Amino acid sequence: MLASLIVACSPMLGQSVEPGPQPKATAADLAQGERIYGTECSYCHGPKGEGAIGPTLAVPAIRRAPTDQALFQVIREGIAGTQMPPSTLPTAQIWQLVAYVRTLGHVEQSRSAGDAKLGEQVYRGKGGCARCHTIDGRGGAIGPDLSNVGARLDRDVIRTSLLNPEASIPRDFLQVQLVTKDGQKLTGVRVNEDTFSIQIRDLSNQVHSFWKTELTELVKEPNRSPMPSYSQALSQDELNNLIAYLESLKSNL
Amino acid sequence: MKFLLLLLTYSGLSFCQVPYQRILAADSEPGNWLSFAGGYQAHSYSALDRINTSNISDLRVAWMYQIKVSHHFETEPLVFDGVMYITEPPSDVTALDLRTGRPIWTYRRSLPKGVIVCCGQVNRGLAALDDQLFLGTVDGHLVALDMHSGRVRWDVEVADYKQAYSVTAAPLAVKDKIIVGVAGAEYGVRGFVDAYDAKTGKRAWRFWTVPGPGEPGNETWSGDSWKIGGATTWVTGSYDPEANLTYWGTGNPSPDYVGDDRQGDNLYSDSIVALDADTGKLKWHFQFTPHDVLDMDANQVPVLLDAEFRGRPRKLVLFANRNGFYYVLDRLTGEFLVGKQFARQTWAKGLDDKGRPTWNPEAVPTAAGALVYPDDDGTANWFSPSLDLKTGLFYQNVREKGAIQRLTREKPTYNPGRLFMGGHRLPIPGEEPWGALRALDWKTGETRWEFRVHTPPWCGVLSTAGNLVFSGTMEGDFFALNAVSGQLLWRIQTGGAIWANPISYTSEGRQYIVVSAGSTVIAFSLGQ
Repeated sequence: MLASLIVACSPMLGQSVEPGPQPKATAADLAQGERIYGTECSYCHGPKGEGAIGPTLAVPAIRRAPTDQALFQVIREGIAGTQMPPSTLPTAQIWQLVAYVRTLGHVEQSRSAGDAKLGEQVYRGKGGCARCHTIDGRGGAIGPDLSNVGARLDRDVIRTSLLNPEASIPRDFLQVQLVTKDGQKLTGVRVNEDTFSIQIRDLSNQVHSFWKTELTELVKEPNRSPMPSYSQALSQDELNNLIAYLESLKSNL
Repeated sequence: MKFLLLLLTYSGLSFCQVPYQRILAADSEPGNWLSFAGGYQAHSYSALDRINTSNISDLRVAWMYQIKVSHHFETEPLVFDGVMYITEPPSDVTALDLRTGRPIWTYRRSLPKGVIVCCGQVNRGLAALDDQLFLGTVDGHLVALDMHSGRVRWDVEVADYKQAYSVTAAPLAVKDKIIVGVAGAEYGVRGFVDAYDAKTGKRAWRFWTVPGPGEPGNETWSGDSWKIGGATTWVTGSYDPEANLTYWGTGNPSPDYVGDDRQGDNLYSDSIVALDADTGKLKWHFQFTPHDVLDMDANQVPVLLDAEFRGRPRKLVLFANRNGFYYVLDRLTGEFLVGKQFARQTWAKGLDDKGRPTWNPEAVPTAAGALVYPDDDGTANWFSPSLDLKTGLFYQNVREKGAIQRLTREKPTYNPGRLFMGGHRLPIPGEEPWGALRALDWKTGETRWEFRVHTPPWCGVLSTAGNLVFSGTMEGDFFALNAVSGQLLWRIQTGGAIWANPISYTSEGRQYIVVSAGSTVIAFSLGQ
């Protein structure tokens, strides 16, 4: 009896394997990690970590796996109570996968052409960005939170978003226009919807909730954005400064 | 006093509480829910009518029971003799007192590390026979529990979880046997249907859904591909006592999206198989989707019906398939009678007069991606339809969603316990997927009406003699429609996604409607 207890407690029998020290990833490791990702992970997390059944991995900080060691454990053990299964990949391959996943959603910015301090003034002043966007918990909630935009979007994408916002509508963002039975017209961003009701945030950050039976019109505009283009509104210098400021935002809260 | 009587009745029945004869005669006690989908014919229909179109507006929450995990809660409860039996994810069972919703006992399974299930560690219900309950587990076991205490009578391995076999469906009790199916086709397991002696747990028979060398059908697999062929059986079958046949749907061939190394029709994947319930011998099969490369699992419960059809009485099986077609087959021979598209699909150009589809070559996944309807979750899935013979309607929740199905860069290679799929899907840009509860004329598959819902549903349907149809949505809406017209009569926001089949029962003269939503079992009844 005692012998069986000792055996049962022995770590040799458990399947939890210590990951050991994290090897430094080479270019070959990253390439191998990408291949493993394609066969093992992309079905649920999207081919580029953009998220599908599983959460988005192309983010600066993965909530369940803030460190590489934690990411290793999540891959090996899975997450109980979710669809994330454990993996039987060998340790070396899991580390290759960890290294590759860490490249998703991380952007290495080269030295910026603009001045971030001056860009912050554009953000808060002439650009009027804070009316719709949040940085570090302050600002409007109509557009995406920009607290870590510099870590997740590269300069070209940020520039495109500023010059032609409708060219890169953020995921899960939907502009809607509706008319109520008493004639009220509203444009806003969908906050939530079910079969019977819809909640929207209007362009002054007010949330409205309607039963669909209260509406005479509900138009969804998947390729539209209420964000104006800054191609004319800002000078080249102001634009470069604003981009430099946005690039500097790398909060991991 | 009433409670004492109930208790006496309950203990008086304890030796042989749910004998086979009682399940056979389930129609004579509509106040109970004795087996998956409400009976061997799997109509998911309740003959109770106390809740009906005239009083449905008074329906309200009677009690709730919350589980302690937040995972897809897909249980379909059993109800009899004053107790409700539910499964909780991953592989637990709780008995609830019907009067109060309070737990009487719970069986909590200790799972080994490393249990692999593609799509969630879920469970969809139990079988009851005599004084035992039967549970399939995500670590690939079948467990018999004492109905009155939840204590384990026996526990046998159905298949090795390390190869990613699991059991998520409710078992089916037939005579003295427990019939059970397996999941794991995303990992290249070889599928089967098993039967076990209910008293001992000893295996009575196994039917491999991928035939081995020398068996008919093996020639539909090139090379050794049959060894890792999938065709799993992860939704409960139905049973015809007169013919002594049990009917099971089978899932995709493995790997899901690449058919190059498994040339041929890949029998009996994506099929319905009719098996002798005593021996497991195959009587007939019908394959809905030959040589599938889009994960078109035929894992839907086969609905059985004896009815006048084209001028003569026939024994039929109705099947709303994940591939977007509704089928009517002769259930004694497998003869194809009806095949009617009931949702948007682009993978098939049509069905021939034997029901065999012509593949649209543009729907076959490629490295660049093929735009296909439906996506690989299908138009139907594991959630049950409901058949109401009064209205003549077959109520089916339908998922209207396409995808760009793309091959992975690497060709899939088989490793035990590792994903073996070969592709992934991307959303169609700008598409807002939606869903609908459709009422199909069971004889033709024509849609009579639909009730549109916001997103593709994962909820089963219950129809009742009260002229009502109940179902729910991923946003937590649970609702009742007029069974004839589809008009919305009642709804409630439950606050959690509904991934379950609703049921109905009576307790102390009151009718209840039950569904699990979020992490909660909710029982509804009319206000006092």
